[in-house]
Formats: sequence, C-alpha cells, structure tokens
Amino acid sequence: MKKEIKSSVPADSEIILGILNDSKEILNRLYVTYFPMVLQLVLNNNGNEDDAKDIFQESVIILYNKVKTGNFELNSKLKTFIYSICRRLWLKRLNAQSKTVRNVQDFSDFLPVEDDLERHEEKDRQFAIMESALLQLGEPCKTIIEDYYMQNKSMQEICEKFGYTNADNAKTQKYKCLQRLKKLFFQA
Amino acid sequence: MKSDIEIINQIDAYLRGELSDAEISEFEQKRLNDAAFDLKVVEHSNLVSHLSEYSETLKLKSDMNIIHESLDIYALKNEVAPEAPIYIRLWKKYRINTAIAATVALIAVSGTLLSTGFFSKSISTNVSLLRREINSIKKSQNDLIKNIKPSKGPANPGEFGGTGFALSSNGYVVTNYHVIKGADSLYVQNSEGEAFKAKMIYIDPAYDLAVLQIVDPSFEGLAALPYTFKKSASDVGEDVFTIGFPRDDQVYGKGYVSSKNGYAGDTVAYQVSIPVNPGNSGGPLLDMRGNVIGIINGKQTQVDGAAFAIKSTYILKSIEAIPQDSLEEKLVLSKKNSLSGLSRKDQFKKLEPFIYMVKVY
Repeated sequence: MKKEIKSSVPADSEIILGILNDSKEILNRLYVTYFPMVLQLVLNNNGNEDDAKDIFQESVIILYNKVKTGNFELNSKLKTFIYSICRRLWLKRLNAQSKTVRNVQDFSDFLPVEDDLERHEEKDRQFAIMESALLQLGEPCKTIIEDYYMQNKSMQEICEKFGYTNADNAKTQKYKCLQRLKKLFFQA
Repeated sequence: MKSDIEIINQIDAYLRGELSDAEISEFEQKRLNDAAFDLKVVEHSNLVSHLSEYSETLKLKSDMNIIHESLDIYALKNEVAPEAPIYIRLWKKYRINTAIAATVALIAVSGTLLSTGFFSKSISTNVSLLRREINSIKKSQNDLIKNIKPSKGPANPGEFGGTGFALSSNGYVVTNYHVIKGADSLYVQNSEGEAFKAKMIYIDPAYDLAVLQIVDPSFEGLAALPYTFKKSASDVGEDVFTIGFPRDDQVYGKGYVSSKNGYAGDTVAYQVSIPVNPGNSGGPLLDMRGNVIGIINGKQTQVDGAAFAIKSTYILKSIEAIPQDSLEEKLVLSKKNSLSGLSRKDQFKKLEPFIYMVKVY
C-alpha cells in the first residue's frame, strides 16, 4: 500500500539557498519533487487533488516565510518538514469540514509543527486583511500603492502613468492613499 | 500636513535605500533624538513590510499556480491514488471474463431448455386433461353431409364429453372449465340416459372450474343432495373414490390421496392415485364419508397413478365468486350428508342420479 515516491530530489541546502535568492528554478523543482507526496497523503485521506494543491501551496508559503525571516534551522529533512505541515493542515481542514479520518494513512515521518502553523495563521490573517483593505481602498489608490510599495516603481513612473502634472501632486496623492490604507489595515 | 508628506517620503526613501550616506546618518540621528519621528518610522515600516509580505505571497502563489498547471495531475493521481479495495480490483480485472462466462452459461442453459421443449411445455404436455373426444375429431366431409340430411336419428352425440355433478337440487352442475371450453351448446346426461340442455353461468379458468345450470324445461329438479363439500384440506393417504363417464356409463374408481399438491407443486390440486381416463374430468372426488374433497381434472402422462383433483375449497371459492344476483335460482349448497356410514355400493347408488355426463357441441 505504501508507495515510496522516487525522483531526483534536490539537496535541501540547495533549496534553502534558492528560496533566499527567489529562484524560480528552485521553486519549480521543489514543487515537482514534493507535490506528489502531498497529493498521495490527501488522496488517501478523504481528499481530492484540489485540496492537495491548496494544502501544498500553503505549506510552501510557510516554508518561504520561515526561510526568509531567517529563523529556519534545518534540523530535519525538508521533506519531513513539508510533510508534517501538510499533514497538520489537512487534518485541520478535515476537522473543519467535520469529516474525520479514523486512521490517517501516513507515507512519511512527521514532526510537531504547531508553532509554525500558529505563526502561519497569524500571517494568513494579515494577508486576508491586507487583501480586503486594498480592495476597499479603490482606484486609483490601490494601483498607486501597489505600484510604489509592491512593484517598487519610482514616483516618476507613477506620475507619468497617472498623468500628474508634477511629482508633488503624486506624492500628496500617495500620502493620502497610504493614510487610508493604514486606517483600513490597522482598524480591521 | 505638508511636513507629514515630507516625512513619509523621507522614510520611504530611507527604506528603499535611496538616501545618500550623509542623509542616512542625519535620518538616524533624528530618530534617536525625536521619539515621535521614530514612532512614525516604525509605524510606516511596519505597514510597508506587511505590504511587501503580501506582495511576495501573492507572487509566490501565482508562480506556484503556473507550475501546478504544468504538472500532469492525472498521471500523478494514478500513481499515488489509493488502491481500490480488492473486490473492485478483481472485478475490474475479470469483468470481461465474467461477462463471457455469463453469456456462455446463459446460451447453454437457454439452448438446453429450448431444445428440451421447456418453454413450449404447458400443463397439457405432461398432464392430459381428461375430457373425452367422443366422436374423435375425424368428422369427415361425408359425416357433415350425412348429418345435414334431415334425419330422425339420435341427436349428435357431441364432440367432447366430461363428467359433472350437481351442486344443488335445483339444477346447478359443476364441471371442469377445460371440458366445456369452446362449447357451442351444452347438454348434461344422467345415468338414465336423459339429456338436458344446460348453459354455462360461470367459469373460472384459473382453477379450471365451470358452473352450469340445467335450463331444460323437462328437468324437474333433484332430490336433496346426499353429499357435502369438505371445507378443510384432506390428508395424504385418505381413501377416496370417484364416479365418472370415461365411456357412456358411469364408472367407479377407487384410490387415495397421494400428495397434498398437484402437478409441479400446484397447490390448487391434490395428487390422487386413482384410475382415471378421458371422460373422468369434472367428476367428484369423494372421501369415505361421502364428502366431496375435489374434482378430477387431469392426470400426468408417463407417470403411473398420478391423477389430479382440484381441491374442494377452490370449488367453494368459485361458487362464492358467482354473483348471486345474476342467478335465476338460488344456488344453495347442501349441508347434510347422508352418505356417511353407508357401504360403498349403497353410496354409489345414492350418488348415481347426481352425476352427469357433460356433452359439448
């Protein structure tokens, strides 16, 4: 019943380095290498491939956050880490759907990852708040904020894009938008 | 307001690393000296970090979706999907074989049944119904011509015949449905040789029963019936006898109930071991005390001593089913049995007038 999934596995340190460098190549290899494992876990425990996709992507986000904040210590195999996260996430989701799995079919060792999940939930919450705050902000504020703070465009570019006559107008506009965003984000 | 915008711009520039070294040191100096300014810096950089985290997550998600779409999920799924339970796997593996085997079996069974004539077999193949073909079917053209000629000879002796017996003294007679089936006209003839015209008033093909009424003006009614109808089932081994018209005279036959069910488990009939012949159909089957327990209706061919008689309870059922309003005279069954205790020959003598030959034209 338990099939081991074999493929050329990139070295864990290679992946960590790739995450720090925002390497798309590494993300791709990470995905291709570990997604089947999660798919197997979810399919064998009352889920479908869409569930597996959600769960796995969430676990990658957790991994990225953890690595980028610099508090990632590789004290287990990366595979085990991802598997543990996904297992916990999936059981939680099953619980939320009030489905139960009497005996979880496991395909790998796993670790307790409650701390990571707690941190992730907090981040997830902030993500959702930011999403809704930006939505409520409306145009052109949303685009200005996104362009400046997310795309890292210069004020000059934004000026041209929105046809402001001088950079000061654009700066004033950006300031107003930012104040509104601050209000929306921190009040939520 | 103006200063606020400037401050924010300054912080943005600082966070983006757009300031010169001199400006940075001035900026940091200001943070150390001015707590309100420092708070603003912290507040703003907090928001900016949230924004950049948000954007990074968004980007990561979209990157992953692109990768996900490039995967062959179907193949992966097949590789890792839970194995189906063993019976489903076996079914998948062998369903073609099973289908072929089932087809072969079906063809073999139905072929065998067809070739042995199972489907065409009705009760008449193994059970011959005991009506008598009086004249045979061989009425040739000549006969017809001869009969057409006005002649004062005896009436046409009838094509078929069977036996019937009185249900009541006012002229109701019961016989088998198969005896009178397809009849143009019906006559009943008693042991004296007197024939009376009768008409069919009720048929029950399911139980192979028919009730006739003598409508002949010369019929004067009968004495009280000496027999009754048994309402309960008879036991196997009970001695029984019958009287019928396998030929033109009444013939007595004696036997016993040999099985409580009839041909092929037919619960409507008994199996009786009794000598019966064509013409006995419709004859009463009586027990030793003179109760009618059935009506002879057939026998199994190729088997010795297996005759069948419809149970008396079904006769009673059929009679009950006759709408009494449609009858010209009331059909009242006799409740008094005057046969019990008599010797067989006395019983026969008493029964004689109540048993008729049914002639069918």
